[in-house]
Amino acid sequence: MSIAENQPLFDAEDLRRQRAARFDRFGKWLLPVAVMIALIWFWDRLVVWNEIPHFILPRPGLVLETLIKDWPMLFDALLVTLQITMMALAVAVIGGVGLAVAFTQSRLVEMSFYPYAVILQVTPVVSIAPLIFIYVDSRTAGLLICAWLVAFFPILANTTLGLNSADHNLRDLFRIYGATRWQTLRYLRLPSALPYFLGGLRIAGGLALIGAVVAEYVAGTGGIGSGLAFRILEAGYRLNIPRMFAALILIAVTGVVIFAGLSFLSHMLLRKWHESALKRET
Amino acid sequence: MKPPPLGQRPPVLDMSNVTKTFNGNVVALRDMNLSVNEGDFISLLGPSGCGKSTALRLIAGLSIPSSGRINWAGGQSENDLGVVFQEPTLMPWATVAQNVWLPFRLKGKSYASVKDDIMEALRLVGLEKFLEAYPRELSGGMKMRVSIARAMVTKPRLILMDEPFAALDEITRFRLNNDLLALKSKIGCTVIFVTHSVFESVFLSDRIVVMAARPGRVIREVQVDAPYPRSEEFRTSAEYAALCRQTSEALHDAMGEPA
Repeated sequence: MSIAENQPLFDAEDLRRQRAARFDRFGKWLLPVAVMIALIWFWDRLVVWNEIPHFILPRPGLVLETLIKDWPMLFDALLVTLQITMMALAVAVIGGVGLAVAFTQSRLVEMSFYPYAVILQVTPVVSIAPLIFIYVDSRTAGLLICAWLVAFFPILANTTLGLNSADHNLRDLFRIYGATRWQTLRYLRLPSALPYFLGGLRIAGGLALIGAVVAEYVAGTGGIGSGLAFRILEAGYRLNIPRMFAALILIAVTGVVIFAGLSFLSHMLLRKWHESALKRET
Repeated sequence: MKPPPLGQRPPVLDMSNVTKTFNGNVVALRDMNLSVNEGDFISLLGPSGCGKSTALRLIAGLSIPSSGRINWAGGQSENDLGVVFQEPTLMPWATVAQNVWLPFRLKGKSYASVKDDIMEALRLVGLEKFLEAYPRELSGGMKMRVSIARAMVTKPRLILMDEPFAALDEITRFRLNNDLLALKSKIGCTVIFVTHSVFESVFLSDRIVVMAARPGRVIREVQVDAPYPRSEEFRTSAEYAALCRQTSEALHDAMGEPA
């Protein structure tokens, strides 16, 4: 049998692949949503069936109600936490990239300081935070330092790796053409490091939030201008469990939004050329 | 225009008694002598470990000779070299045009001021329609063409090629061989070409430097007197076959014991 000229021809394999692609497209969204709805329903039933009082485990509806009722207060707290997180992330980017560039420009600097960067990273922030709040007067500065401590290392480590993974033939080429140190950094090493840096940034975004929240727990002072973590602590003391859940949901959503935002940024910057951002045809 | 015969062309580079050792006792290259004249197409041919890549790195100034001298006629200048590596070695984040711009860019020249040279180089390798493409969108052969365009865009005194077509399939390699020769007769560049293919070296060069390993050294020079431009017919000529046999024998001597 001959193939008609303008007739598309699909074999069983094509059809199977198309079905799988269609399923992937919807399944990626529908399945997690279905699981969430099921879990919330189960949570609700659990409370009702066992007659659990709301100060132990509130029903999902009550949590939502609290979220709406307490929104002005929670939203202010969210802004405070978010502000610390973003500032810490910004300082982590500047510090991490700056240090990585310094490391790759000078072996002397790297050999001298790298071990201390590792020590800072492996020491749990919870154990350093109380000391920081003793020596730093400004609460904001203290929070910022804690969040920065947690967030900067993945950026430093990844960017250093990226700066060092520039193609060695290209490095030779730059030498042959008599490129200056600055030109090599600007035109070769920094672009090579970009995908690695963005990978580090995505991790650092989450860590900055964790750092900010943990530091707030340790700082523990309240009043106006306190963040979400403090609101959770406070609500805990008052056995206001629904508010604890509401604040927790806000923190989780914030984390997801930060991650998604940074992933999007990464995709936009790399989509033209990097393997990670390319869709394969087959 | 027919180039003047060998020996009458102005010199470009002279290597005299160049030896390179590593860690004081590993001899990568021993007593190499080579004079390169304008318009030469010289192949360095030999088994792995014969020092052909070492010789190229020495000429490129990426390492320094342990003894002996490498002299550029009239001293070194800003625009001595273009290089093509075994890999295309393009910057994946930059377009084809930006990649070809690189040698100029590193000399502080703006894109606008050298746009015509970039276009000309890309036209010579047949890629004038791919200015804005990214390397990942190109085939292996096309990437190599961009790499060649980048090496010749500044019209350097000498182009070094380190097994540039070794990773390509044979059909693509033949086409690029032909195109490289067409290019050479158009712009009259001077080339040192490292290869481990007898057939490629005979087809391309006017001089073949046969090298041996352990220690890396020059065994013999084979002259290929067939005139340029060489066409596809040259590949099947009796002359070509004879030269290939002669070069193979020289290489065989170079290998000494069975590999």
